[in-house]
Amino acid sequence: MTQAPHIIARSRVWSIPGGVHPEQHKAESNQSAIEPVPLPSELWLPLSMHIGSPAIPVVKVGDTVCKGDLIARSQSGISASIHAPTSGRVVAIEDHVYAHESGFKQPAICIESDGLDIWRQQKPWHNWREQSVEDIVARIHDGGITGMGGASFPTDVKYRNKHAPIHTLLVNAAECEPYITADDRLIRERAEDILHGAAICRHLLGARTILIGIEDNKPEAISAFEVAAKRLGLDITLAVVPTKYPSGGEKQLIQLTTGLEVPKGGLPSDIGLVCQNVGTLYQIYRTVVFDEPLISRVTTITGQAIERPGNYEALIGTSIETLLNHAGAHLKKADRVIMGGPMMGFALPDITAPLVKATNCLLAPTKKEIPPPIIDNPCIRCGMCEQACPAGLLPQQLHWASKNRLLDEAELHSIDDCIECGACAYVCPSRIPLVQYFRYAKGEIKQERADQLASDRARVRFENRQARLDREKAEKEQRRKARAEAAAKALAEKQAKEGSNEEPKEDPIKAALERAAAKRDAKNTTTETQNPEQLKDIAEKAKAKFEKATQRLLDAEKEGSEMVPALRKAAGKLEEKYHSAEKAYQAAMKEQENVSP
Amino acid sequence: MLTAIITLFILAAIFGALLGFASIKFKPEGNPIIEDINNILPQTQCGQCGHPGCRPYAQAIADGEPINKCPPGGEATIQALADLLDVEPLPLDAEHGEEKGKQVAIIREAECIGCTKCIQACPVDAILGAAKQMHTVIESECTGCDLCVEPCPVDCIDIVPVQTTIRQWHKSKPLTLPEIIATDRPTQRINEEEHAA
Amino acid sequence: MISITSPHTVGQNSVSKVMFTLVAALVPGYACLIYIFGWGYLVNALIAVTVAVALEALILVLRKRPVGFFLKDGSIIVTALLLACALPPIVPWWLVAIGSGIAVIFAKHLFGGLGQNPFNPAMVAYALLLVSLPVLMTSRWANVDVLPSFADALTISFGHLDKGLDAFTGATPLDHYKLNIGRLTADNVLQDPIYGAFAAKGWMQINLAFLVGGLVLLALRIITWHIPVSLLASILVMSVLFGSDGDAFVPTSLHLFSGSTMLAAFFIATDPVTAATSNKGKLVYGAGIGLLIYIIRTWGNYPDATAFAVLLMNFSAPLIDHYTRPRVYGHSKAVKGFKNDG
Repeated sequence: MTQAPHIIARSRVWSIPGGVHPEQHKAESNQSAIEPVPLPSELWLPLSMHIGSPAIPVVKVGDTVCKGDLIARSQSGISASIHAPTSGRVVAIEDHVYAHESGFKQPAICIESDGLDIWRQQKPWHNWREQSVEDIVARIHDGGITGMGGASFPTDVKYRNKHAPIHTLLVNAAECEPYITADDRLIRERAEDILHGAAICRHLLGARTILIGIEDNKPEAISAFEVAAKRLGLDITLAVVPTKYPSGGEKQLIQLTTGLEVPKGGLPSDIGLVCQNVGTLYQIYRTVVFDEPLISRVTTITGQAIERPGNYEALIGTSIETLLNHAGAHLKKADRVIMGGPMMGFALPDITAPLVKATNCLLAPTKKEIPPPIIDNPCIRCGMCEQACPAGLLPQQLHWASKNRLLDEAELHSIDDCIECGACAYVCPSRIPLVQYFRYAKGEIKQERADQLASDRARVRFENRQARLDREKAEKEQRRKARAEAAAKALAEKQAKEGSNEEPKEDPIKAALERAAAKRDAKNTTTETQNPEQLKDIAEKAKAKFEKATQRLLDAEKEGSEMVPALRKAAGKLEEKYHSAEKAYQAAMKEQENVSP
Repeated sequence: MLTAIITLFILAAIFGALLGFASIKFKPEGNPIIEDINNILPQTQCGQCGHPGCRPYAQAIADGEPINKCPPGGEATIQALADLLDVEPLPLDAEHGEEKGKQVAIIREAECIGCTKCIQACPVDAILGAAKQMHTVIESECTGCDLCVEPCPVDCIDIVPVQTTIRQWHKSKPLTLPEIIATDRPTQRINEEEHAA
Repeated sequence: MISITSPHTVGQNSVSKVMFTLVAALVPGYACLIYIFGWGYLVNALIAVTVAVALEALILVLRKRPVGFFLKDGSIIVTALLLACALPPIVPWWLVAIGSGIAVIFAKHLFGGLGQNPFNPAMVAYALLLVSLPVLMTSRWANVDVLPSFADALTISFGHLDKGLDAFTGATPLDHYKLNIGRLTADNVLQDPIYGAFAAKGWMQINLAFLVGGLVLLALRIITWHIPVSLLASILVMSVLFGSDGDAFVPTSLHLFSGSTMLAAFFIATDPVTAATSNKGKLVYGAGIGLLIYIIRTWGNYPDATAFAVLLMNFSAPLIDHYTRPRVYGHSKAVKGFKNDG
């Protein structure tokens, strides 16, 4: 780097309404250096660990991959690619435990490590300024980079969809959640890389300013930034904000550092800002300059149930259980394992889930440290939640609306603007799980909107179909009339002649129709009914149906219908069903006899 | 006395004229309530209510039919209709079926003989296919109305419940105190809730 | 059974902490009341709390709610104490008991219990007693100079109402001033022994004591400043506007430091359940109560007006809420009214 004149400025700081001051608990994990985690034997990479469409696998089971190889390609639109975090063999592509509150499994690729950790061929761009903006954005996209602060939004989108000219790159180094120190340690140890990443982003955005928003509880990180900026000769502006939760929320940090608000329903880019977490900037640097896709991340592992709390650099896809054990977790002591911080994180239903791109913290607190929730009192409308809300909402009104499922009322009180930071629930003297109420109401609203759209579509389709049927009927009628007229004419002309009138052939399909209703019931044979009475009933029905079907088949054969093969097949199936139903009934009878001698 | 009577008559005449004028001048076009009712109905067009589609049932409700004949809409629809029409919500009429949650039809394509019967039966044109060609359901358009099952000669259509995806999943409503107390007792309802949670 | 959800860490606040802090903050006011008007206040408080707690427990049982869980929150004690310090000191026990009953049964539980009542229970009870038993409710302050002992107070409460007491001051200072200013000049009225140097004798100290308790609540962030400040400011403005003529209207000092002004401002109007919710709403709500207190005191028939003013504003709280929502982050303006049109 050339020694250019540089300025490290301190910028004015505005304030946000509300906010809370939970205990920091940062000292437990920010004392030791970031420690790499040994290579695990197996890595599970969920195909959808980002916001947007899931990635599509480009490998098959049995393929060998090198470290950094693309294993699942992003779809078009908002999506992110996934890369092999180490070299090895693809051993499975199937549903696997996923870090989500629902506990649902998600499709994932499993890579068995060969222990060699061999990189694919890399094309470093040490002089990235020579590359075009498009190429750099494409590399960020291909690198599968998503926001590392917790939301996991594909990063390249921010550089492609610019609504307004961007004047400032806002670096989010606030890290306001208690316990989490991943960004803090990353800044202390790799501030130069982060600023390098910031320089790349500023270049991509054509922005003037790099504004760093950081809480005043991280003095070491602040000086690390200053030293790094001096060494790089980079102009930065530091906005040191007072420690208050949730100052690190994107919208809140923007308000704190610029005094501006992201308009309702808008994006930071609408007011000329792009906000980027320090972890993301670091990854952008590694990806753009060294051609390393996003395959590892720094995660804080902390809580009193952890023997060696600290920050660990682990490969994406490592089992969370492995990580916890590496950090010396006493899982029996832990009341729960939280992914994310204690304010916005969620308790993992299954700790064998893999580490994902968004995992910035794994918190294993003891019961004493974070007690289990207690029964909530009724709301006394004390208004403390309103004083704490950073978005200017009225949480107690939202609570009433959500509790009684008054979705219109909730929308009237702008529930969509709730950032789910949990400040309201933190101060609530009644200990009402407010955030859960709001997430419930938001989910219901989303569901209701989707249902309404679907039902509107169904109505339109129904009405269009109705119109079409009416039209066809009218046309048919017209044709019939025309034919009748023509026939009458012909009849008049050739009165002497007589034509044989064939009897209308019976429609074999119609013949098959009649037993369809009965058939539907036959499905029940495979369901859970165990009562011999029911089984008998089912067997009898199946028999009747089979006989009926046989009859239809014979009829169809007699007529020489083209449907014979299909009907034969169906009859065969029904016979099978009948036999199996009969068998099940017999078995049940026998069992019953055995049970009650 | 006489003055009072005359005054009252005059007043009655004036107000009567006003009301008469208003009833002509502000006469509503058509019957908008039918549209409102139709908007609430789930548009499955399943006919379980005994009417050929949702709109006819909306018409029937406007004409005074009970509001509890729509199994796909279930309690939520009944509640919404009750709110709209300002009547007491009734429990779902079991005669017309049970509330089952969202469903979708799936054709076991290997078994389909291409008869087009189901295509003709589908009220929302959500089945694709041609004669002697395999048919398939456009799942995003299927209302799960069940009407295609009956006509299928080879019984290759299944109605399956729609699976909640991870993106649709959301937190359930927190239990309130009476419900939490009730969990001390092993009742049916709470056990169900636990399963749901 | 309770699902685990974010935030996992929660503050150490609780409803019972809030309620018992309120009880503690009432102590200086009570001490002052007892010091000045005798043990009757303590007797009333004990009766009110006992009856209220017993009735609350009974109703919780009838409503099939966990008794211990809800009694623990202490809200009923606050209600009972607020009622007892609003009542005159020398009243029969059954009056206090009826008041408690009205507060617990009609004003609280018939609406669904804690957090659901639209009207301040203590004030509902007070207002009902006031309109039903006006004589007992307005003329039972003992003469400041003749204080009954604790034993006497008990005897008075349970049967022998007038025992050992010859003199009642029939009226509170506010009432006295209003009654007499028609025929006397301000200076003449203030000659009466019930007035002190600045405001009324005794009442001044009582109000100061409640003010101290209120400031403690403010410091502990149990209440916000909005309601007390706007309430007092509106009384101040009204009394300065009209009361500059001391020969026609009650002076400002009496308005602010006599009667139940401070109790109302810090303890009664701030009852969160029945107040407006947003900061802006609280300002409107407090100002409304102040205004009504002044209007009823000056032109109404009742000597003090807290109960009616508070109840009337309780009525208006939902309406105020609809029009005073705060501006939400990112919105150009606040959503007002009942419909969301943007």
